[in-house]
Amino acid sequence: MDLIVTATAQGLLWGMMALGIFITYRILDLPDMTAEGSFPLGGAVCAQLIISGVNPLVATASAFVIGALAGAITGFLITKAHIPGLLAGILTMTGLYSINLRIMGRANLSLLGEEKVTDLFERFTLPSQFDTIFMGIIIVVSVITLLVLFFKTELGQAVIATGDNEKMARSLGISTNQTKILGLMLSNGLISAAGALIAQDNGYADISMGIGTIVIGLASVIIGEVIFGNLSFVNRLICVILGAIIYRFIIMFVLLIGLQPNDLKLISAIILAVCLALPSIRTKYNLNFFQKKELL
Amino acid sequence: MSNTPVLSLKGITKQFNKGTANQNTVLNQLDLEVKKGDFITIIGGNGAGKSTLLNSIAGNFMIDKGSIMLGDKNLTALKEEKRAGFIGRVFQDPVMGTAPRMTVGENLAIAYRRGKKRSLRKGTTEKERAYFKSILGELGLGLENRLDNEMGLLSGGQRQAIALLMATMNKPDLLLLDEHTAALDPKTAKIVLEITRKRIEQEELTTLMITHNMNDALKYGNRLVMLDNGQVIVDLSGEEKKNLTVADVLVLFQTATDEDGGAGQLPDELLLSR
Repeated sequence: MDLIVTATAQGLLWGMMALGIFITYRILDLPDMTAEGSFPLGGAVCAQLIISGVNPLVATASAFVIGALAGAITGFLITKAHIPGLLAGILTMTGLYSINLRIMGRANLSLLGEEKVTDLFERFTLPSQFDTIFMGIIIVVSVITLLVLFFKTELGQAVIATGDNEKMARSLGISTNQTKILGLMLSNGLISAAGALIAQDNGYADISMGIGTIVIGLASVIIGEVIFGNLSFVNRLICVILGAIIYRFIIMFVLLIGLQPNDLKLISAIILAVCLALPSIRTKYNLNFFQKKELL
Repeated sequence: MSNTPVLSLKGITKQFNKGTANQNTVLNQLDLEVKKGDFITIIGGNGAGKSTLLNSIAGNFMIDKGSIMLGDKNLTALKEEKRAGFIGRVFQDPVMGTAPRMTVGENLAIAYRRGKKRSLRKGTTEKERAYFKSILGELGLGLENRLDNEMGLLSGGQRQAIALLMATMNKPDLLLLDEHTAALDPKTAKIVLEITRKRIEQEELTTLMITHNMNDALKYGNRLVMLDNGQVIVDLSGEEKKNLTVADVLVLFQTATDEDGGAGQLPDELLLSR
């Protein structure tokens, strides 16, 4: 039971990171590697601020802003320097490794005894880990609401159009350079804020916490799509969160059957590879046990 | 039809692969004046520069020499997305002109804001949806109840008809059609062309239409321009254009290409469409 609660709580927080991946990978159609750097960046910024006595909410919000800046750098490399998207993300991610070390001053910052966002919920005297779930739900619901509202605005629609048909978008006067930068900022802001929350939940920020971020995020997005199929925009965002929770359950199961935490990256990669291969396996063998879906 | 030039192209030159062995001058000192309300059909052999001409006007790339004036606005150095406020465009490939995973209504709504600043206001208002419904109804394709369908679910002809609405909404100063019916079957192509004619008349649009179909080039528009080797070699309007036959055009084409050593080849589809 404890394990299930922990997995759900973790899934909610990681789901926020997966929403960031969803924005670049699915909406902008631009696989963005910056995530591997902006995720620990959020943890580093938040941990350092909390240790310096800043309110944990402010620290988390700061992580969002700094993460958005990291996204803007990748956006600048793609749109102004005309560096291919994948490479631009790798450049930012690599650069961020040094910056993250600079921010933290060492490879690991403990938040032991510091005030954290999760502590704000302790006054409700919820059973252990339920405060994380409670916080996770509040955060995820507000983030999804804001995203849905944003993507219904003129600007949000312009971002979607850029990912869907860039040539058309430009012929309609959409400045696709700006919409790409905006999308990347939003995405990395979310990923960085998720890094901040997860660092607080773990009780420490670590330089290596970003390794595998992309794979975990993509796995969440794809698991959600494979299981729940073609849905409306709101439901797709919810499915990303459910995908992230399911992913945590898979990891929990893998650990239960005796594999080591060190094996997790390999497991993550295998899960993602299987999920990505599923659509073509399905077509090949004409399997219809999952709903038919059309990916964005 | 007044005599003020809406679009004025002076000495446009565009070379590709400059400075390499494959250097290719696609537009060569091209001049063209388009009057308000002109509906010009553009024909020419493969590589004559038809699409490059439209891409130059729309701003897909910057031209090497010359100037592009639209009314009193100098477009020569303006970026594509800035020009979009004045220019409506439909591409050859129906996939190009619409966003497949957005709904019909959303597509029309982003086009409705062509050239305008996009802010955090609502992406589509109820009033706009009613308007979209009415103009979709005018197409006569039964699309008025499909506002909430994804564009990707529609046929090529339906998508092209909607792309045409998107390009002609808000009355652009100039409409550019780049073989926009070439990818459709003959029956659908005819329907889309008729819709095109109707929209152009309704909105009194100044239009440049590339076509590879001789009959269409003669049937539509008030002026016919033939390009060869990046220059305008034939420019007929009014009565001259009305009395033109396919045979006349072929003769014109042969004479023109003979002069430059017979380099020009009449594309097969031009011959087949006789």
